[in-house]
Amino acid sequence: MKRQYLVIESIRRLKNDVYYMTFTGDCHEVSAPGQFINIKVGGFYLRRPISICDYDIGHISIAFKVVGAGTQKMALAEKGDLVDVLIPLGNGFDVSKGGRNPILVAGGIGVPPIYCLAKDMVGRGEKPRVICGFNNADDVLPMTKFNEIGIDPTITTMDGSVGMKGLVTDAMYDEQYDYVYACGPEPMLKAVWSLAPDGQFSFEARMACGFGACMGCSCKTKYGSKRICKDGPVLYREEIIW
Amino acid sequence: MVDTKIDLAGLSLDNPIIPASGTFGYGKEFAEFYDLDVLGSISIKGTTREARYGNPLPRIAECTDGMLNSVGLQNPGLEAVCDTELKDLAELFHKPVVANISGFSLDEYVACAEVMDKQPNVGIIEVNISCPNVHCGGMSFGVDPASAAEVTAAVKNVTTKPVFMKLTPNVTDIVAIAKACEDAGADGISLINTLLGMRIDLKKRQPVLANKMGGFSGPAIFPVAVRMVYQVSKAVNIPIMGMGGISSTRDVIEMMMAGATAVQVGAANLVNPYTCRDLVTGLPGAMASLGIERLADIIGIAE
Repeated sequence: MKRQYLVIESIRRLKNDVYYMTFTGDCHEVSAPGQFINIKVGGFYLRRPISICDYDIGHISIAFKVVGAGTQKMALAEKGDLVDVLIPLGNGFDVSKGGRNPILVAGGIGVPPIYCLAKDMVGRGEKPRVICGFNNADDVLPMTKFNEIGIDPTITTMDGSVGMKGLVTDAMYDEQYDYVYACGPEPMLKAVWSLAPDGQFSFEARMACGFGACMGCSCKTKYGSKRICKDGPVLYREEIIW
Repeated sequence: MVDTKIDLAGLSLDNPIIPASGTFGYGKEFAEFYDLDVLGSISIKGTTREARYGNPLPRIAECTDGMLNSVGLQNPGLEAVCDTELKDLAELFHKPVVANISGFSLDEYVACAEVMDKQPNVGIIEVNISCPNVHCGGMSFGVDPASAAEVTAAVKNVTTKPVFMKLTPNVTDIVAIAKACEDAGADGISLINTLLGMRIDLKKRQPVLANKMGGFSGPAIFPVAVRMVYQVSKAVNIPIMGMGGISSTRDVIEMMMAGATAVQVGAANLVNPYTCRDLVTGLPGAMASLGIERLADIIGIAE
């Protein structure tokens, strides 16, 4: 983990208020899907933590949703801009601890880190099944990157405007699995958790530092308090307390 | 060659830069970024007699040039801090540290001070009578001169180490509290703790923090801190650790000119983990550019 200046290689709007940004720079420390970076945005005091969507030693990409003034400012960044980031942060998913028949479940802006995980698994010779849930057609993110690695995710929308009508958990009923990797809003994680025999769940929290110093994002687990930023964001099924 | 050494209540520090309690954990996370031995000292995360989980989430809210926190003194408790955290820190940092303690009764302060007194790498005991995050007790000691004096005397009674009382700025007369602590035997004063603040989420129409209110820190509070350090330094004859929004070498020098013998750096560590190292590295250059040869010479120089 270190502070690093990355150069914005590209930025484009993926869908409505969701943007896709790629960076070049020293990214060799990124070691697992599910890790994140903490981005300094000019004019804002605290950094913005965003999950890594794709990485290699010299590049990373992120997809982020505009949720406030800070991410609004990020969306105005331009190619060539130098960005101050802390990279990499968090534990990430550990596929070596996964089951033999896993399924990947993502909700909304939880899709990018799940793509990162799927790509990692494809690189290991697996072909994971993926479920991506959204509110409605307006929110559905492009699945192009999944398709490029040979995966055709099951899409669910609350209103049935795209894919299956219902929640990601409705799609899970149609699948066989012994392990779940999930990232998405907390109510979704809780619902998925209750169906999952075992698995890893990536959480989101308001945080200040992102590297374990401030205790701003501590949550209670069966094994004591853990910092979402440093001990997470991925927690294991058996330790999670709702 | 400029001289950054200062004497803090009998402790000789290589430089006045001290990461502030609650923003530096027990050093471990920052040792991944740089060699901690460059620092003057470290004020460890606030310790209470019993382990505390702290307040519900969210605990953090951003502000213009600063942040609110309502962590609520999360810590593993006195025994774990001494058995594990302080020992681990001794491996990473080879100088005396500032042990920050907190409590909800006189007994708890005394219990913490008694144990911290026996820790070999504790150089100073810093008594937090000011944390605004805790519903019962924590606040009250620091807002009343008599109870501030009572805590000071009780802690002084069980330790031979220098005792710094860490004051809350959320009072009408900071000088009266500081003088009460001095009269009760305090060896120094730390100030300021965070200012009580609040933010409201416009979409949810509710406070951002689960605890509703939290401590405001960051560059926005620096002028308030300078003012209070100045006022207190003119009124007491014990050294001051000045803190509140420090993030540059110019801030360090300004705070010392206001009357601080050493400074603590808080929120800035969370935004740029290298802040304290950069301040230590940059201080000689900043001193030279201002014609300062010995840092000790400028303490309280502003009339």
